[in-house]
Amino acid sequence: MTHTTKLKKTRLTVIGNGMAGIRTLEELLKLAPDMYDITVFGAEPHGNYNRILLSPVLAGEMTIKDIMLNDVDWYAQNGITLHLGKKIAQIDRVRRKVIAVDGTETDYDRLLLATGSNPVMLPVPGNDLPGVIAYRDIKDTDEMIEAAAHYRHAVVIGGGLLGLEAANGLKLRGMDVTVVHLMPWLMERQLDRTAAGLLQKSLEAKGLKFLLGKQTVGLIAGESGRVCAIKLKPALSNVEGDGETLPADLVVMAVGIRPSTELAEAAGLHCNRGVVVNDTLQTYDPRIYAVGECVSHRGIAYGLVAPLFEQAKVCANHLAQFGISRYTGSVTSTKLKVTGIDLFSAGDFIGGEGAEEIVLSDPAGGVYKKLVIKDDKIVGGVLYGDTTDGSWYFQLLRNGQNIRELRNHLMFGQNHLGNAGHQGRSSAADLPDDFEVCGCNGVCKGTIVKSIKEQGLFTLEDVRKHTRASSSCGSCTGLVEQILSSVVGGAYAPQDASKKPMCGCTEYTHEDVRRAIRKHRLLSIPETMRFMEWKTPNGCPSCRPALNYYLMCAFPHEVQDDPRSRFINERVHANIQKDGSYSVLPRMYGGVTTPAELRRIADVAEKYRVPAVKVTGGQRIGLLGVKKDELPGIWRDLGMPSGHAYGKALRTVKTCVGSEWCRFGVQDSTALGILLEKTFERMWTPHKTKLAVSGCPRNCAEATIKDVGIVGVDSGWEIYIAGNGGIKAEVCEFLVKVGTQQEVLEYAGAFMQLYREEAHYLDRTVHFVQRAGLDHVKRRIVEDAAGRRALYARLLDALSVEKDPWAERVAGVEAREFSTIRFFDKHETKEKDNEQLAESLSA
Amino acid sequence: MSNWLKVCPLEDIPRLGSRVVNNGDIDIAVFRNAVDEVFAVDDRCPHKGGPLSQGIVFDRRVACPLHGTTIHLDTGEAAAPDKGCTHKYRVRVDKGDVYLNLG
Repeated sequence: MTHTTKLKKTRLTVIGNGMAGIRTLEELLKLAPDMYDITVFGAEPHGNYNRILLSPVLAGEMTIKDIMLNDVDWYAQNGITLHLGKKIAQIDRVRRKVIAVDGTETDYDRLLLATGSNPVMLPVPGNDLPGVIAYRDIKDTDEMIEAAAHYRHAVVIGGGLLGLEAANGLKLRGMDVTVVHLMPWLMERQLDRTAAGLLQKSLEAKGLKFLLGKQTVGLIAGESGRVCAIKLKPALSNVEGDGETLPADLVVMAVGIRPSTELAEAAGLHCNRGVVVNDTLQTYDPRIYAVGECVSHRGIAYGLVAPLFEQAKVCANHLAQFGISRYTGSVTSTKLKVTGIDLFSAGDFIGGEGAEEIVLSDPAGGVYKKLVIKDDKIVGGVLYGDTTDGSWYFQLLRNGQNIRELRNHLMFGQNHLGNAGHQGRSSAADLPDDFEVCGCNGVCKGTIVKSIKEQGLFTLEDVRKHTRASSSCGSCTGLVEQILSSVVGGAYAPQDASKKPMCGCTEYTHEDVRRAIRKHRLLSIPETMRFMEWKTPNGCPSCRPALNYYLMCAFPHEVQDDPRSRFINERVHANIQKDGSYSVLPRMYGGVTTPAELRRIADVAEKYRVPAVKVTGGQRIGLLGVKKDELPGIWRDLGMPSGHAYGKALRTVKTCVGSEWCRFGVQDSTALGILLEKTFERMWTPHKTKLAVSGCPRNCAEATIKDVGIVGVDSGWEIYIAGNGGIKAEVCEFLVKVGTQQEVLEYAGAFMQLYREEAHYLDRTVHFVQRAGLDHVKRRIVEDAAGRRALYARLLDALSVEKDPWAERVAGVEAREFSTIRFFDKHETKEKDNEQLAESLSA
Repeated sequence: MSNWLKVCPLEDIPRLGSRVVNNGDIDIAVFRNAVDEVFAVDDRCPHKGGPLSQGIVFDRRVACPLHGTTIHLDTGEAAAPDKGCTHKYRVRVDKGDVYLNLG
């Protein structure tokens, strides 16, 4: 062992052992695991636990053990010094140290404040009596559980989110519970009067009592010294004695929280209803950062978990000295975690001047939905009784998406009718635990719920990683999101897709990367990764294929395709099957074949003993079960071009018989289909692209559920775009009507080039058009003739360099890919007495 | 005579790629990463038996082509949260040739 001088690491000290502080450390350890010597101080005697799940603990649905996020071992494993049960008394900014109440001192180079918030205690007589508590931590929860075992009457002051969850839990533990609320209706910061009324009714049905518009005057002690009653008066009355008294053995104050800033203020840090931070979560002392409920960012202090996580990510990025992300504030949504009640609220749900409302009200059926819209954008909403589409609305809200096109069916939610794979169910709340949510990976609801609770999951990505649910075809994503939000409540926020990094290897979005490739003329994957400061040495299976596609799309003449960054199917130009064999699908233009072609296919199938021959859904013939090493021979004997049935590329152009033969046909759909397929074959696209041409509006080629569908009418052709017949059936949007075949080529080609240039990798045309807007597409393709011709010219130019990949491989390209190295003398080489020699060679 | 089988020149395995070696019995996937380290594991994913040799190689890992399970090539272990392990073989490069030990 050589002796090396150990460099002293930078010291990071964290005050606060809650969700925001520890989440920041987790994000930091991902980015820079060895950068800091970390010390954490927590005032509570526990590891980091999931505070938002205290309500289910109180309700008896979970235990404290279930809600631990980081146990004490976690800190040890990550080399973090943990001081539990030690409250910090002072921050000494001059000598850069923090001092705990018990005298423990720790130096810092960087300090992270995550002191959270304090519950507000009403300044009324008796607020310090035994039996009067707040609802904030494990201690409070234990005290409530304890009280429920010995006393009868509970009063919860505050009819907000937290108060109602406390009341529900105490009721479930057998207490007689009354909620006292100052305002005229419940959860007035999340709900309008109608929704609050429905909520009150269903909570009353669970046995809760409510006194609304009442102000607490004082708390009265009984003989034992413990609180025994509460005195109230009408909120608007000034008359003394105009009150009433209620028995109360337990009083829970849930009237709000206040950022905990005492330490920061005492240390002279600028505070204004929270420790003031900038967009990098830095306080006025550049060595000190702050995250979580103690923070005031652009004048807002957040009390929900989702924004804290966003802050944690940004703060970690700056602590790791990456310096490239900003926190610009959060739009929050709320979900009440009371079993059996479905309630969702987000944004500005009241509206006001210049706002419009769309309301669906069915009080008898217990359903109320209201969306508030301003300038064709959703700015807020309340859903009660049916929150199926909460995530979707919230996403539209956060992305600021123009909803003009969706307006007439917005209220009916995202059309789930076309979804396959989960028995057509679209509401997760009433599903049994053994219901198979994800039909691709066979994952049941109970498994998902269990993982979310036990592994402490908060995001869709986490759930996908741990359970595989929603990770394949994605059709059950809506259900999984609902399950997630029903377990973690407002802590779940769907990610803002427009700001989402490409993958874990980078902070940059798809748009950022495409822009940089074009602007700086980046010509290879390593060059792009260097320029964009990739965090991994050579990317991952998610970003490499995307980069390869973006590069080839931007510079088709200069960029060399990288087979090692292609998924297997595109690398070997055949589709891998579950047993590791491959399928071969030659191109049959427009679904038309000849006896000679059929004979060749039959001969090949016999010669190579192909196990299965199948007519495909795309009007061609597939050979299934082919061994990889035999692919080049089969391609050679077939003498037909690749059908690209394996690629994110132009697949088939499906056609009907058309006017040549059909007595109804008005246009020659077969001829146009063949022309389209011959023009656009070998076209790589962000995802697979399917075309179809029908010769009359009877539409036998099912053209209106394709990426581009053409329907012949007597006077020409109608062009439809962005349909999909797969995971979720989507009917096309009408783009334009044209007169000639040549125009069809130009319009369809221009649209596909726009899709190629602007879509995210793995977006189908339907996703692209939803994101970009049909207006945008029409402007570029229909209204801008010069732009359309330029797009079309760029597509033809890109296609001019593409050769038939099968013919290339028959001629010897990538030959090693198709040859296994074989040894048959295994017995000879396994002799034991050679082991020693082997050891010496390997040493 | 030794347990070390000469597989092929290193040049015959593409960077961030692999070759399949068959010993008359089973398939073994031999990988080469971006910095010319070589690894060998059974060509069977612990998840559903997919041919790992056909996956995308990155860093010291490969993603199975069937369902994306990631395998650490230096240990044969599946990356968390997946579980499972594929058998790992000793492999080395000597004077530009790749040798595999099936012992």
